[in-house]
Amino acid sequence: MKPAPFGYADPTSLDEALSVLESEGESAKVMAGGQSLLPLLSMRLASPTTLVDINRVPGLDAVVVGDDGVRVGALVRHVGLLHHAGAAAVQPLLARATANVAHPAIRNRGTTVGSIAHADPSGEMTSVLALTGGSVTVATPAGSSAVDWADFFIGPLETSVHGPAVVIDAFFPALPARTGTAFEEISRRKGDYAVCGAGVTVTLDHDSRVTSARASYISVGLVPEVHDLTEAVVGQSADTADWAAAGALARTLVDPDGDLHASADYRRLLVGVLTERTLARAAQEAQNR
Amino acid sequence: MTTKLMGEPVRRREDLRLITGRGRYTDDIGHGALAAAFVRSPYAHARITGIDVDGALDVEGVVAIYTYEDLAGPMAEPLPVLIPHPQLTAPRTGFPLARDVVQHVGEAVVMVVATDRYVAEDVCDRIVVSYEELPVVVGVDASRAAVHAVHADVPDNVAARHHQETGDVEAALAASPRTLSFTQYIERSACMPMEGKGVHAVWDADDSSLRVHTSTQASTSVRAAIAAKLQLSLEKVEVVAPDVGGGFGVKIVHPWPEELLVPMAAIALGQPVHWAEDRREHFISSAHEREQRQEITVGYDDEGRVTALDVRAWHDNGAYTPYGIIVPIVTATQLVGPYAVPVYRVRIDSVYTNTVIVTPYRGAGRPQGCYAMERTMDRIAQDLGLDRAEVRRRNLIGKDQFPYDHHLTFQDGRPVIYDSGDYEGLLDKLVALVGWDRAEERRAEAASRGKQLGIGMAMYVEGTGPGPYEGGHVQVLGSGKVLVSTGLTSQGQGHETAFAQIVAHELGVPIEDVEVTTGDTRRFGYAVGTFASRAAVMSGNAIALAARGVRAKALRIAAEILEADVEDLEIDEGVVQVKGTPGTAIPLRTVAVLSNPLRYAFDEAARQATQFAGPGDDSKPPVAVGDAPGLEHVDYYSPIRSTFASGAHAAVVEIDPTTWEIDVVDYAVVHDCGTIVNPMIVEGQVHGGVAQGVGGALYERMAYDSDGQLQNASFMDFLMPYASEVPDVVIDHQETPSPLNPLGLKGAGEAGVIPGTACIASAIEDAIGLRIAAMPISPTELYDLVRSPDAERVPAAIPGVPA
Ligand SMILES: Cc1cc2nc3c(=O)[nH]c(=O)nc-3n(C[C@H](O)[C@H](O)[C@H](O)COP(=O)(O)OP(=O)(O)OC[C@H]3O[C@@H](n4cnc5c(N)ncnc54)[C@H](O)[C@@H]3O)c2cc1C
Repeated sequence: MKPAPFGYADPTSLDEALSVLESEGESAKVMAGGQSLLPLLSMRLASPTTLVDINRVPGLDAVVVGDDGVRVGALVRHVGLLHHAGAAAVQPLLARATANVAHPAIRNRGTTVGSIAHADPSGEMTSVLALTGGSVTVATPAGSSAVDWADFFIGPLETSVHGPAVVIDAFFPALPARTGTAFEEISRRKGDYAVCGAGVTVTLDHDSRVTSARASYISVGLVPEVHDLTEAVVGQSADTADWAAAGALARTLVDPDGDLHASADYRRLLVGVLTERTLARAAQEAQNR
Repeated sequence: MTTKLMGEPVRRREDLRLITGRGRYTDDIGHGALAAAFVRSPYAHARITGIDVDGALDVEGVVAIYTYEDLAGPMAEPLPVLIPHPQLTAPRTGFPLARDVVQHVGEAVVMVVATDRYVAEDVCDRIVVSYEELPVVVGVDASRAAVHAVHADVPDNVAARHHQETGDVEAALAASPRTLSFTQYIERSACMPMEGKGVHAVWDADDSSLRVHTSTQASTSVRAAIAAKLQLSLEKVEVVAPDVGGGFGVKIVHPWPEELLVPMAAIALGQPVHWAEDRREHFISSAHEREQRQEITVGYDDEGRVTALDVRAWHDNGAYTPYGIIVPIVTATQLVGPYAVPVYRVRIDSVYTNTVIVTPYRGAGRPQGCYAMERTMDRIAQDLGLDRAEVRRRNLIGKDQFPYDHHLTFQDGRPVIYDSGDYEGLLDKLVALVGWDRAEERRAEAASRGKQLGIGMAMYVEGTGPGPYEGGHVQVLGSGKVLVSTGLTSQGQGHETAFAQIVAHELGVPIEDVEVTTGDTRRFGYAVGTFASRAAVMSGNAIALAARGVRAKALRIAAEILEADVEDLEIDEGVVQVKGTPGTAIPLRTVAVLSNPLRYAFDEAARQATQFAGPGDDSKPPVAVGDAPGLEHVDYYSPIRSTFASGAHAAVVEIDPTTWEIDVVDYAVVHDCGTIVNPMIVEGQVHGGVAQGVGGALYERMAYDSDGQLQNASFMDFLMPYASEVPDVVIDHQETPSPLNPLGLKGAGEAGVIPGTACIASAIEDAIGLRIAAMPISPTELYDLVRSPDAERVPAAIPGVPA
């Protein structure tokens, strides 16, 4: 369990990082927290020629909270969002979801942007980016551009970004008015990757009737997806809506796989249960916002 | 006695070192040594058709590459069958490096030695081994079917047919008012010590001697194995077990191929060589345990009293049988537990599969036996509509029936005769401790919260402290320091504390003066090892006897000096004194100096001692015939047979009927290991055991696919419970001393894990009202079970593993 030989660069500016990536070619890898990358190296499941460690690049470690949303820099660790009251006020899913990412030691090193760049469908933050309708900013030698979440995730551990590029931040839009959220997951052990998780938003009108109910699941499907469950509960009162019907609808929309820890059927069951539970909670919250 | 030490919760002296990173493990020894790494088989069953090392030779830093062709003399022979048995008719072991056929994924094929481990792994990557794949056998059922053979010359895949019976079981079943039969499975888990195996070997060419540090549970035997296999004289080999980061059984197996190959390379290269097993290696090339298929038929009367028990089982021993059939024998003989079973027959076939070898893992066959017997008790209770505790009570061996002879032969070849116990006492305490009689109230309360609550129990008897012997050496130095050594090893159990307590108590010295060394062949050459809950029983008693020897000698010498009668002397806080006359005293350290007539005054202790030295008797030699210089004593303890500890566990589970998550909310243990040396250590052992029991019941399994690939060979997918998954454990002790040994001890090391699977299965069954026929069980499997209640859950379908 020792990595194969690799080169190491620790650029001190974004330009330098990009130029190293450009000169090293496809087999160079960006390293942020290293919590996903280094185990792959140690098990020799990946053998990049060079690691481009971005930890010394200035300006990537900020959480910028605006009215329109929260911009999370590439070096912000999961723990930085977990305890960020300002970010939570604008987009409560950030703290709620990061609380479910791994264990404290990993949250202290692993970055939220890194987990999005890693594009693991078992990661919490990929789903949150999708559910909130977020985007990432990708810097390349040619310049920076925003990439919408739906264009970013291509497959498990695969994004649309190729060639020399650093994801410099992720943007999570603010929660709309009269909208509540909830996040819950089931894992075999506390802190493990979820067997199944659900993040949801519920929007109400001024009579507390449901106008929108949306969900995104963890460890279900190959890429993060957002499912619109509104039709099952539209127009129903927040207090009495048939959340079970929304859960049942969700079960028909997902296409989970089975693995060592859960059969596809069991994941589908959990999608229903978690949908029902989280929507009910989100609706309660929406009434107070 | 100023300070009472036996039975006190003395804080573990080793913990500060161990938990602040100051332990010294094999991997901490000898920086700068060459590193070994292994090319291991990627196939579960294949013939090696070629090994091409050409591409590896030009890697900078490669020092040597070894294949089977490089093994000479005894090294080229199969590894030993450590524990032969007449019923083990087809024993098979591998070679240190595979010769022609590999029998499981992970078997070592090539050893690489390089300047460091990174380079060694680079070299491994470049070695090309060609294989011709052979048919793979995975699982007891496939092995039984014997469509394919693991070993070509064992076509039925049966290594051993173990068989014991205490009477005519068929007649007894026929005469039984009632009978029932059922089949159940238990799957594989493994020891998973925090520290894997590790070997560090240094060859001293000038002295022609070898020093090996290895993370073992049996250093004296590793030493003998190395000497034999590498053709060295025993006195030229030293083996030391430094701090060992857990063993749980896997490190009692010896010699592991690496324990021979690393020293072999160190000698050949004339340089220190080091190998530290990584986690993946541990998963695929160490040892697993527990997989069995059990078919049980029980006869009983209308009151639930067992009249006959017939057990037919198949035990998966993996690819080889280096450790013989200890595990199935333990299952066979410990299965009956605390119950009087009038007629018992057990037949266990130990069968080969193309998987990692199966050798003792804490409990060593007992969890399986307990699972068979305790689920039988539950079945009887269900059939008769009786309380499960009551059925157990009716079958318990009575307090007045000891010694109780089961007419079985134990793993050590000795009769299974229970020395002492009070099983009804255990049951009474357990029922009270867990609130057994309030279960229905709790069930209703949980239901009001939407949870299904269930309660289960399991009892066990554990043969502990088997022989043949252990020894102890106790020596008092002129400084007052008391050196204690014993040959068996420590893996974190707290021996430094418990053995020091025993010596301080026996000798009358402050515990701070006592220093304990274990598992170092330089200090003690004869030992068996740490397994079978035997350290306290075996070495504890040996050390007590050695301390008594020292005490006797100290009193004899002091009596002469103080001109007193030995009977009038006592030792307290390290001072020998005349009872009731505090002034007439001599420090034990001074007695130590005086015990040696050669008394160069190198230090203050020696100078002081001379004031006590008499003129000497010219008519006698300075050291009397039969006496020896020095204040030390070696003694051995060799038991007539094992002593039998016992216990009872209960678990309360809550199941969420929407997600089928299983939560162990309460766990109660009543534990009887005879006289307790240190209750804190015993409780720690119980806690750790319960954690492993919970793991085995709900989380851990070795997920082999049908190609013999282990699908979850990492801590990402092999789930051991975290602290967050282990329930708080409440413990009550019962002390029924063993009449067999001087201290009245029984072993405590393995107990905590034994009833876990049985007890949790019982609780889940109680919660959902459906039969659990295979363990472990996870929420996804529970969901399958509740959807098809007619089908019994058998391990045919591990999710995600292609059948
Ligand atoms: C035991 C364990 C448990 C875990 N449990 C969870 C869990 O429950 N949920 C969860 O979501 N995660 C979990 N993780 C993963 C953890 O959250 C990682 O930190 C995260 O997925 C990746 O972040 P990182 O900063 O460590 O990225 P790294 O490991 O440094 O990189 C991961 C990948 O992303 C790329 N990358 C990283 N940053 C950038 C960037 N700015 N631009 C372009 N590419 C980039 C790298 O090249 C690499 O391919 C767990 C990890 C471990 C070891």
